[in-house]
Amino acid sequence: MFFTYVFRELRRRHRQALLTALGLAVGVALVVAVTAYADGVGRAQDQVLQSLYGVGTDITVSQQRKMDEGGAQRFGMQPPDDSQAGERFSRSRVMTSPGQQPLSTGKLARIAALDGVGDATGSIAMTVMNVSGEFAQVMQQGGGEGVAAAAGAQPSSGSSQQDQAQMAPIDIVSFSVTGVDTADLELGPLSSAQVASGRSLTSADADARVMLVTKAYARQNSLSVGDTKRIDGRKFAVVGVVALPAGSTSSDLYIPLSWAQKLSDNEGKVNQIYVRADSADDIAAVKEAIEQVLPKATVTTSEDLAGQVSGSLSSASTLADRLGTWLAVAALIAAFAVASLLTVSAVSRRVREFGTLKALGWKGRRIVGQVLGESVAVGVVGAVLGVALGVLGAWLIAAFSPALEATMGNALQGAAQGGPPGMQQAADAIGGAAQSVTVSLTAPVSPQLVGIAVALALAGALIAGAFGGWRASRLRPADALRRVD
Amino acid sequence: MLYGLTGVTKRYTQRGKQIDALAGIDLAIDEGEFLAIQGSTGSGKTTLLQMLGAMDRPSSGTLDFDGRDLAEMREGDLSELRSHAFGFIFQGFNLIPTLTAQENVETALVPWRTPAGERRRRAGDALAGVGLADRARHIPSELSGGEQQRVAIARALVRAPRVILADEPTGNLDERTRDDIIGLLEQLWRERGQTLIVVTHDTWVASRASRRIRLDQGRVEGEDAGAGADLDSAFLAEPAVAGH
Repeated sequence: MFFTYVFRELRRRHRQALLTALGLAVGVALVVAVTAYADGVGRAQDQVLQSLYGVGTDITVSQQRKMDEGGAQRFGMQPPDDSQAGERFSRSRVMTSPGQQPLSTGKLARIAALDGVGDATGSIAMTVMNVSGEFAQVMQQGGGEGVAAAAGAQPSSGSSQQDQAQMAPIDIVSFSVTGVDTADLELGPLSSAQVASGRSLTSADADARVMLVTKAYARQNSLSVGDTKRIDGRKFAVVGVVALPAGSTSSDLYIPLSWAQKLSDNEGKVNQIYVRADSADDIAAVKEAIEQVLPKATVTTSEDLAGQVSGSLSSASTLADRLGTWLAVAALIAAFAVASLLTVSAVSRRVREFGTLKALGWKGRRIVGQVLGESVAVGVVGAVLGVALGVLGAWLIAAFSPALEATMGNALQGAAQGGPPGMQQAADAIGGAAQSVTVSLTAPVSPQLVGIAVALALAGALIAGAFGGWRASRLRPADALRRVD
Repeated sequence: MLYGLTGVTKRYTQRGKQIDALAGIDLAIDEGEFLAIQGSTGSGKTTLLQMLGAMDRPSSGTLDFDGRDLAEMREGDLSELRSHAFGFIFQGFNLIPTLTAQENVETALVPWRTPAGERRRRAGDALAGVGLADRARHIPSELSGGEQQRVAIARALVRAPRVILADEPTGNLDERTRDDIIGLLEQLWRERGQTLIVVTHDTWVASRASRRIRLDQGRVEGEDAGAGADLDSAFLAEPAVAGH
């Protein structure tokens, strides 16, 4: 009887019931879509942070080089003597990341020994530039080595056509190399890497001339496990190809730290330190302790990093937090209000019906139950529609939203801008631009979210039903007689 | 004596005005009577029927039903009593528009928590009793006025109540259907011996009763025996008015 009555009543006023269900559905769908969007933005932020500094890293330490130390880097490109003019040359130059001051491993050891530090490891990020071409003939006429140097350092920065016409072509190939502590790959630049083929580095590789190649670089340069590649004239064997998370600012190549130190003339030094705290609560204290050890260093926690993220990702996050939440809340309140009003008005039109049932001896709570049952049925329909709409909305967001860009702190770019124009471009190619990360947005709908959405729709229905039931319970059986159509 | 009313009043406020719907009713009704309550609009006859059907409580006075004072009973007990002792028939039929004839009759058994199978069987029997077995699956809007009132009668009778209370049961029906319905009620009353109380302003309907009372301004103004009391006696066009 209960279900028959509920079903028949809803069928009678199916338009109104459908409208109420749709109202609830829109409110619920907005909650689902906005929450999924916010989750997606949160994931994108995590992805950015992970790709920049690896999984599990709580604090990173680096020290900015003073501007004069970082100055213009020059290639010695004047011919050793005039007789070689016009002949081919090939030079390789290894530079540690511009703007970063190497730190001694002694400091690293002191950081590792600090209270609250679970693990600390260091790496060296550097760039290798291979320059090849012919010694410029123009040299002898111009007579200044600065012209040649400038030519070498401005490979493609839009120098005037006139200059280029007089110069022999020069090829510059650059790639980035990071030296990693092979004994501690859990922390640091390779912590989020996955081996695609071959193997990872192990502590046995500490002094071996072996390297890992990132998937993209391996594909571009047709490298695979078993090949060799020269870095500054020395052969390294490729032992593995690794994949890093999308948007990752990875190096092209990874070699044992000891070799990176030798190649870049930084024996006993690192230029980036990764720290894991024992517990998340210790991070602030550990940061302060590190600043004591290295007063000039930039100590960055993952929280600082999240705050530094700017660009469209940051705007998306703000949008999700502010506008989206309020929109969803407003839609829900409106849906609840509409559902309640429609339910109360439906009950008011059934005064005689409920009065009759009371005259037949139906208890007030049985009638309230009937009204609630109708509301809950509408709520179930609203929940199903709402979840479907919300999932569709989340899917549309993920499918059609533009890729989000996140820009990190600009220390590197600032340092690079101090150099000559060519240097800036080189820096952009290897490190500076890498601070800007593009991630695609997802809008994941979790089972919990679906549960919350269903609960919200049912809560709305129950609120509406409670209003309607309250109205119905105030009816007296005598009303059945008084209202005669 | 089934009912004993002493000094029953009902006062309510409508748009700031106090209305004395009942101004002191003294009345006794015996089990098995067919009582007609007559009176003009606003005379208080419907209010009196509500009191007799435990749908409302008097403002003052005592309303004794089968040894219990309804004025003193709580709402829960009143609805319990309604579901057992009374069957209601309304002028507007008051069927649930979304339910079939069969289901409408079944609503009367819901307060009893009758098992579904037995509920269906009893409702089917009640519908057959009013000659509507073949209309059981129709909803009220598919039935004529007379058929709807028959469904309402079946709904009132399905619980075999001690008292059937009818408020203008033929008010919305044409003359021929009116005769059918009153004939049916009379027949059921004779067969079952239930008490039948009918509020009506139709003198022909009232003439079928075993006793008639006339209300005016909330008071019983006249009383006499109707045709139902003695089928041979001549019908009195106007009831004798008791002394003022």
